Amino acid sequence: MDIDVQKVAMLARIRLTDAEANELGPQLSNILGYVDQLQEVDTEGVVETAHPHDAAMPLRADVVTNTNRREALQKPAPKIESGLYVVPKVIE
Amino acid sequence: MPFSTLSDMKSRLDTGEISAREITQNVLERIDTHNGTLNAFVHIDPAQVLAQADASDAFRTKHDARPLEGLPIAVKDIFCTQDGPTTCCSNILKGFHAPYDAHVITQLKKAGAVLLGKTNMDEFAMGSSTETSAYGPCRNPWNTDCIPGGSSGGSASAVAAGLVPAALGTDTGGSIRQPAAVCGITGLKPTYGRVSRRGIIAFASSLDQAGPMTRTVRDTAMITAVISGHDSGDATSVADAPVVDWLGACNPADMKGMKIGKPREYFVDGMDADVREAVETALKQCENMGAEIVDISLPHTEYAVATYYVIAPSEASANLARYDGVRFGHRCKNPEDLLDMYTRSRDEGFGAEVKRRILTGAFALSSGYYDAYYKKAQQVRTLIRQDFLDAFKQVDVIATPTSPVPAFRIGEKTDDPLTMYLSDIFTIALNLAGLPGLSQPCGFAGGLPVGLQWIAPAWREDILLSAASAYEAATDWHARTPADFDGQGDAA
Repeated sequence: MDIDVQKVAMLARIRLTDAEANELGPQLSNILGYVDQLQEVDTEGVVETAHPHDAAMPLRADVVTNTNRREALQKPAPKIESGLYVVPKVIE
Repeated sequence: MPFSTLSDMKSRLDTGEISAREITQNVLERIDTHNGTLNAFVHIDPAQVLAQADASDAFRTKHDARPLEGLPIAVKDIFCTQDGPTTCCSNILKGFHAPYDAHVITQLKKAGAVLLGKTNMDEFAMGSSTETSAYGPCRNPWNTDCIPGGSSGGSASAVAAGLVPAALGTDTGGSIRQPAAVCGITGLKPTYGRVSRRGIIAFASSLDQAGPMTRTVRDTAMITAVISGHDSGDATSVADAPVVDWLGACNPADMKGMKIGKPREYFVDGMDADVREAVETALKQCENMGAEIVDISLPHTEYAVATYYVIAPSEASANLARYDGVRFGHRCKNPEDLLDMYTRSRDEGFGAEVKRRILTGAFALSSGYYDAYYKKAQQVRTLIRQDFLDAFKQVDVIATPTSPVPAFRIGEKTDDPLTMYLSDIFTIALNLAGLPGLSQPCGFAGGLPVGLQWIAPAWREDILLSAASAYEAATDWHARTPADFDGQGDAA
């Protein structure tokens, strides 16, 4: 299968050099070619696995449990100002 | 001392023969001597580790000892810890300090364990050899030219070399069991939902589970008893999970009446002949101990690897979207705009295998391909689960080789991702089905350890522990230790 590696890389928000793309292209084709054997399995009417034990998502009581740890949680950020995450300008 | 089990250390601590400080000093010295060769540890802070040991010794003078009081345990670099860095062995998390402890780390601390530091792993747990680590490859103490397995290779190498008696790993497609097998130690992947995933850096959330890697079956039980249980901080941690008598299940018995399934799809052409012979011999021994070996079939086994390599990368591509250079992790220098910041930060931060998996997942989930890949894989996953449910109507437990081959040489498979993926052919199906599995040593192939894998129905870790304990009591493979690290070698 031919894959437009640069297009997929843009979906995943990863910059790839042409050299990287040239290496990854055949590798991805190889992996997806292997995975294609799934097409031979008869899955007519088979329900997809949503959870390994078919468990439903549990609900918790609607009470406040989190404490305010803003400072600690923001500490690992590359750039913070006045408690806000700073990123390059988004809108011109 | 170097190859003491957790249980031995516990009794010596309990009788007052040795202190936590003395044990910890011994462990730190051994790490200092051998880590240069093995590269098993990536972060360690001796002063902080000794402070924990002193605190444990002080606790013991005033209170009853807690379940893991003063016992040294290493953890994979995937567990968030407030002390020291947590990097998942990726450049994108270089210098990251977690603002909270993973639930299992909290449980270990509450139980009195001394946490030794972080062990090497494949970047983001994506690999079967611990070669994709940003800190360089880790080595197998049985042959330092060989891989220790992966992704929890640092934990396996450290335990196998007698640096520490126990370590935590995580297992998404075999990452506890396969390194345990190729390093000659015991590793347990609990039932999905048994152990909280909170604070464990996510790879594939429907598959990831944490578990212990130790020298004996009983030691895996000691640790699992502490780390398992419901945690409201993980929505997939099961609240009403059937409870196991962890230590009680380890009292060795004979195997009278135990029905062991031997799936024909796990004994195939192409696997290493010595591995096959070691596992066949182990099963004969089980038969001699009273077990009945039943030939069974798990017909969808051949599709497990393909199913996994759609589902795991898809979940990974979603989970790893969080590394965007905004809230934590690496940010590229002088970004032109937001898009440039995302794409360059991620290019610079992720290694080749992680990129490969993210792109595989992004492709499988992309418009026009979702039904053919992701939906199809989740359907085949249902068939794989059904195979096990059907098999467990006939047998109590299933036994297989853990890995089709012993440890391979460093660099041997790095150029061929697909061949590397096939290393996990015997471990992956359990993760897809959410089942518990245990690997224990059962022999050698060319001087390298071979693992025997036990598989039980969901929530029946007690069956794994009792089968493995009975086998362990009748054999001494678990007691063999690598000659180059002050051990006795592979001969009896």
